[in-house]
Amino acid sequence: MDVWEAMRTPDSTAARILWELRLPRTAAAFVTGALLGIAGALMQVLLRNPLADPYVLGVSGGASFGALLALLAGAGTVALQGSAFAGALISTLLVFSLAHGRGSWDTTRLLLTGVVLAAGWGAMISLLLALSPAQQMQGMLFWLMGDLSYAQLPVAGTAGLLVVAVIAIFLSPSLNVMAGGELYAAARGVAVNKVRTLIYLLGALATALAVTQAGNIGFVGLVAPHLLRLAGARDHRVLIPAVILLGGTLLLCADALSRTLIAPRQLPVGVLTALIGVPMFLFLLYRSRRLDD
Amino acid sequence: MTDQTLAPLLRCVDTTVTIAGMPVTRQLNLTIEAGQCWCILGKNGAGKTTLLHTLAGLRAAETGRIECLNIDLHTYRRRQLAQRLGVLLQDQESPFPVSVLETVLQGRHPHLHAWQWETAADVAIARQALSMVGLESLDQRNIQTLSGGERQRAAIAALLAQDTQLLLLDEPTSHLDLHHRIQILDGLVQHCRDSGKALVLVLHDINLAARFADRALLLLGDGVTMHGEVDDVLQTEILERLYGHPLVAVETRVGRAWLPA
Repeated sequence: MDVWEAMRTPDSTAARILWELRLPRTAAAFVTGALLGIAGALMQVLLRNPLADPYVLGVSGGASFGALLALLAGAGTVALQGSAFAGALISTLLVFSLAHGRGSWDTTRLLLTGVVLAAGWGAMISLLLALSPAQQMQGMLFWLMGDLSYAQLPVAGTAGLLVVAVIAIFLSPSLNVMAGGELYAAARGVAVNKVRTLIYLLGALATALAVTQAGNIGFVGLVAPHLLRLAGARDHRVLIPAVILLGGTLLLCADALSRTLIAPRQLPVGVLTALIGVPMFLFLLYRSRRLDD
Repeated sequence: MTDQTLAPLLRCVDTTVTIAGMPVTRQLNLTIEAGQCWCILGKNGAGKTTLLHTLAGLRAAETGRIECLNIDLHTYRRRQLAQRLGVLLQDQESPFPVSVLETVLQGRHPHLHAWQWETAADVAIARQALSMVGLESLDQRNIQTLSGGERQRAAIAALLAQDTQLLLLDEPTSHLDLHHRIQILDGLVQHCRDSGKALVLVLHDINLAARFADRALLLLGDGVTMHGEVDDVLQTEILERLYGHPLVAVETRVGRAWLPA
């Protein structure tokens, strides 16, 4: 009713709220969730671990730090995106090379590397914020715990999502095989080096775009692919398109809840996703240990 | 270019393979032709797996070259090579839930184009491969819930579904029970003889090797190798030297067998 009313009277306050606040925020929530979902699915293939997530592995932290550094240096939008992307890429490479070690993948080592890295980025962000002028402190929560209240119409995010999605869907048959390991994938005819590089770049890009849009939001990249796998979408040709829709929808719902749960006050949406995501992560960890035994 | 139907499926020319500086083969010259079944034997750590990966183009040889159908392995695109040459790796595990049929269908990957779905024909090939290893009734089961032997048979089915002219298998029977060892190897050898394919088996069991292979490649350590027809190569003295353990040969109704003395 109110929405319909607002759409018919373009000059009203309701219309301004709809077009200038609600619509950009809704779009940003969906696109951010979709980017995080796809980043999670890609990192899970790359690291061959269903617990991989850009937030848990410290990739979002790297992107946050990069973005914040550019922001404090007074850089423009493009430099900000580039800096966030660099931060995300450095984080991914660090996790990948450190967790790999000499032997094969090891969940403990992977998660430990990610958690330590995430803590490190958190400390660096806090340091930057402590050193920055007081008026910029307001956005502190944004870079440590994602928030969509300041979201603008996600132009770069949407364009980036389209690029990432098209390439990832194109790669999806190879992703199925890559999940079996690099040697296995090579034996099945996958150009492993090329595909791995693409996954690195796409995962980092998706994370960086999500972070510059909505800050450091956790667990969407973990929860969305996991729910889909539970529902039987194991094939990446289905999983990748589906994770875009589900990731977007999940964050949209989480944002709606974060606006309304303690209205008129708002929760940062990152708090809500963490409250849902942490128990789920622990459950997955518990189950993966049982499988190992 | 020579006639592809007569070209050797795999040819090693002066191939030296090393692992961590230790030679596995020194200037090996070997030709694998259609219809042949090779076994590779050697002690633990002799480099059997390393050699198999090298033959499959998954790692580079130190010197020399390896050709598949007269073309150097490393000039192939991965996909093209995987259409001609398939490998069974040791202990393959999936970190994500995936059904047995889906695992076997991954064998069709090199035959699919980007974002193409498997056709009914691909599914038929996969089901036929599953029935060859006796897993047709488990096709919808999550691979993570299968036993080691069942997983190994599913991996063999995926290799069969890949439908390559050359099949390289790394210890294909390590998790199989006595009955399935014989049944699977028998099926593989029959299938390859009938369709003009070649098999290379890394084996630990000399009696299985003697029973199923017609050619043998022995890795005697320090790059020394010996290869030829099974009857010539699998001799008691040579095998004793290979494993560094005395053996007793016994003639049985199903052929010669060796027991550790």
